[in-house]
Amino acid sequence: MAGSILGNRVLRKEDPKFLTSGGKYIEDLNDEPLFAGALHVTYVRSTVAHAKLTKIDLSDCKASPGVVAVFTAQDLGLEEEPSNFNPAAKRAHLAIGKVRWVGELIAAVITERPDQGEDAIERAVIEYETLEPLTDVEKAMNSKTLIYEECGTNIVMGTVEMGMPDNTGDELFKDCEVVVKGRFMNQRVAPCPLEARGSAATWLDGRLHQWISTQHAQGVRNDVAKANKIDAEKIRIITPDVGGGFGAKISAYSEELLLGNIAKHVGKPVRWRETRSESMISLGHGRAQLQYITIGGTKAGRVTAYQLNAIQDSGGWVDVGTVLAPFMTRPMSQGVYDIEKMECRTTSVVTNTAPIVAYRGAGRPEATAAIERAIDLFAAEIGKDPAEVRRINLIPKFMETHKTKIGHTYDVGDYGAALEKAMTVAKYSEARAEQAERRKRGDKVQLGIGVSVYVEITGGVDPMQEHAKITILPNGRAVVYTGTSPHGQGHVTSWAMIASSETGIDIADIDVVWGDTDLVPSGGGTMGSRSLQQGGAAVQKVSIELVDEARKLAAQLLEANESDIVLDKSTGAFHVAGTPSISKSWSDVAKAANAKSGMSHDGIFVANSATFPFGAHIAIVEVDTETGQVKHRRHIACDDAGKVVNPLILDGQIHGGIAQGTAQALLEEFRYDSDGNPLTTNFADYTFISAVELPSIEVVHMETPTFVNPLGAKGIGESGTIGSTPAVQSAVIDALLHLGVRHIDMPTTPERVWSAIANASA
Amino acid sequence: MIAYRGKRSAMAPNQIWGLKMKVSITVNGKEHHGDVEPRTLLVHYIREVIGLTGTNVGCDTSSCGACTIHMNGEAVKSCTILAVQADGASVTTIEGLARDGVMHPMQTAFMENHGLQCGYCTPGMVMAAIGLLNENPKPTEEEVRMGLEGNLCRCTGYHNIVKSVLAAASAK
Repeated sequence: MAGSILGNRVLRKEDPKFLTSGGKYIEDLNDEPLFAGALHVTYVRSTVAHAKLTKIDLSDCKASPGVVAVFTAQDLGLEEEPSNFNPAAKRAHLAIGKVRWVGELIAAVITERPDQGEDAIERAVIEYETLEPLTDVEKAMNSKTLIYEECGTNIVMGTVEMGMPDNTGDELFKDCEVVVKGRFMNQRVAPCPLEARGSAATWLDGRLHQWISTQHAQGVRNDVAKANKIDAEKIRIITPDVGGGFGAKISAYSEELLLGNIAKHVGKPVRWRETRSESMISLGHGRAQLQYITIGGTKAGRVTAYQLNAIQDSGGWVDVGTVLAPFMTRPMSQGVYDIEKMECRTTSVVTNTAPIVAYRGAGRPEATAAIERAIDLFAAEIGKDPAEVRRINLIPKFMETHKTKIGHTYDVGDYGAALEKAMTVAKYSEARAEQAERRKRGDKVQLGIGVSVYVEITGGVDPMQEHAKITILPNGRAVVYTGTSPHGQGHVTSWAMIASSETGIDIADIDVVWGDTDLVPSGGGTMGSRSLQQGGAAVQKVSIELVDEARKLAAQLLEANESDIVLDKSTGAFHVAGTPSISKSWSDVAKAANAKSGMSHDGIFVANSATFPFGAHIAIVEVDTETGQVKHRRHIACDDAGKVVNPLILDGQIHGGIAQGTAQALLEEFRYDSDGNPLTTNFADYTFISAVELPSIEVVHMETPTFVNPLGAKGIGESGTIGSTPAVQSAVIDALLHLGVRHIDMPTTPERVWSAIANASA
Repeated sequence: MIAYRGKRSAMAPNQIWGLKMKVSITVNGKEHHGDVEPRTLLVHYIREVIGLTGTNVGCDTSSCGACTIHMNGEAVKSCTILAVQADGASVTTIEGLARDGVMHPMQTAFMENHGLQCGYCTPGMVMAAIGLLNENPKPTEEEVRMGLEGNLCRCTGYHNIVKSVLAAASAK
């Protein structure tokens, strides 16, 4: 192949396995010798949202067929431990004295077979003294009923409490000609990786070996070490194939953190897998942010002030969802706009619902949805086209850093170009003309056009670095070890492409290893759209350095000066410049380094900074004004993730993100009743988006490289979700603007759409 | 203050245990004989008794289609069928599609069109897609989307899955 392999549409190396025998997910590891004789763990979960535990009677449960042991917190010696994010909040992995959401763990039942566990937990007798259930975030904020008494309040984190400036209220808008307010519920959704969680644990020579379906083995190792009160070196975490994560599988949960302890107590390996119904109520949820916005500016369309007050539902535990609002939503609250006066306050509040964790976009989709809806409300108020209002207010193109009013520094941006590209492909003015005609005719089915322009932060989680190692085996094959953790993102292919482009070794001869902490002790995992820009950059860095080392060895083998040695990347051979006929292969060089193990090089790439991908999405929907039914007709996405390594994989990430964003906009919501009973606990009740509700996606390419890493790459994993959600939501509302509808909260279900039309015309 | 008590199951599990039924099921051309509990689902029989783990379980409501296989030539969700109902049937799973190391055209189409990411829905999706083309060899995009409604994917947004199926149809 002439030139670099980078930037080419290379088919995935990992696919033949998935397509012919299927991946090897945790439940598929039946041949693993360390699992021999494994017992199965099933958890007794709370059926009440908020209650004191007055009695746990497992005697009947213990007598159930196949039961080997039953454990409560006391039996396992568990104690309450402080949250990483607010030490006043404490809980144990099995409930002690109190339960705080439906699905929280109360006891563990150990059986010979998994089905015996399912039968046995039905015979556990749990007595509850119910407490007031708090499912509404505003009610919880002001309630005297406390979910974590030691916190003294249900507010577990807040920007004001952290010392950041408070919002100044209407004062900020005193010079504005036009001021619009809004209240948006960015609803709770379930991440729904198609593979539910699973894990297995066993002790071997004093070391805990644990297999887990995770996005970050090294992080899990540290969590497991803490849970088992042993050094991280005494733990080996192994990641099999992972059937999706979407942020919800970043950290280990109680279900997984208990397994080492249980395995020790029963003296045998233990396995655990959850059912989908368990997963729906106990795998962390996403979003769940209530937003109050005020936007103000001139009648001509210039936005001069914007204020966001975000109230984040943390759910029943102070988990990572608590920190997303201050550290992800707030920095991105200004979006792509040049706004003179900016304020954002966030408050995170515990409720009696499943804990909120990271979910694709994690804090940024919320920020983008808030400001994009605000811009639309402002545009509607002044009677201007929403795309035009955006044009007026976008931050102009910058190729060196830009510091926003809210205090964040973006790397590079050309928001106007992304918007124009998307509008051109969408044939925006033609769509507006068709919309006008349908309105004029009073058609039953109206057309809606939603526009969103976004910027987001990727690779922004500390430490902004990644580890990689490359080994050339004596046979000339390469093995790349990475601290990232693919679960659908195609790192096996992309990392092989990067290593190949530096070494000239064919990608077929490059293997990629991840997720086993004995083989890859340090790594940041795959999350926050960080993998390529940090993990890929690390692979590039160690590959370049390896070539330099190999050149020295080749010089010795060829009895030449090192400076005269070149690597011919088309053949993967070293020779003296000008005399390619006498050469040394990678195999020769690796053998010269060490006949048995070959040669290795490892290192860390330090990024020092996040990157800020951006783009514009346009959604065109049809809304049946008689039934409220929405049909998503066209979705045009221009996402700029900098330099592209593999456009095949890039497009796939965009498509998937858009599906999840559209799902939130149109269909999905995880709901609880006022008593805290979950209502959408399986795929029959939770309206998981299918192929029918989506159009084919029109991807528009744009590449503005970043200077933050030598690949020039920014993240793409979450952009689709961030850009699409407000575009689709706005499109639905846009279809009904002429009827007086200004806002409909997500999901814009037929019932909500129909009600909005009815209320507007009433 | 109200005290709740956990519910007990109506039937003691040992009342249904111990009862086994004989089945003979041909899987990927090979006949398997076994004793199964009446409550054993076909997917569990395939995964745990026969040991073919390509077929996945993604839900417990027959919604996701990750367990789709072919039974007597028809695409079915193997979590909705009891192993005893498959007695005498011929079953094909994802492992039975390739011939002499050559992938089925649908498998090839999924690879060439990036119709998979994490791979979990893939075996079921491929089996459903083949079933779809068996019934409707030249579907429109709309028909492909309708035909795959019972198979959920969280990664691809279905775009490349639909493209794969259309590519496989036009290659026929």
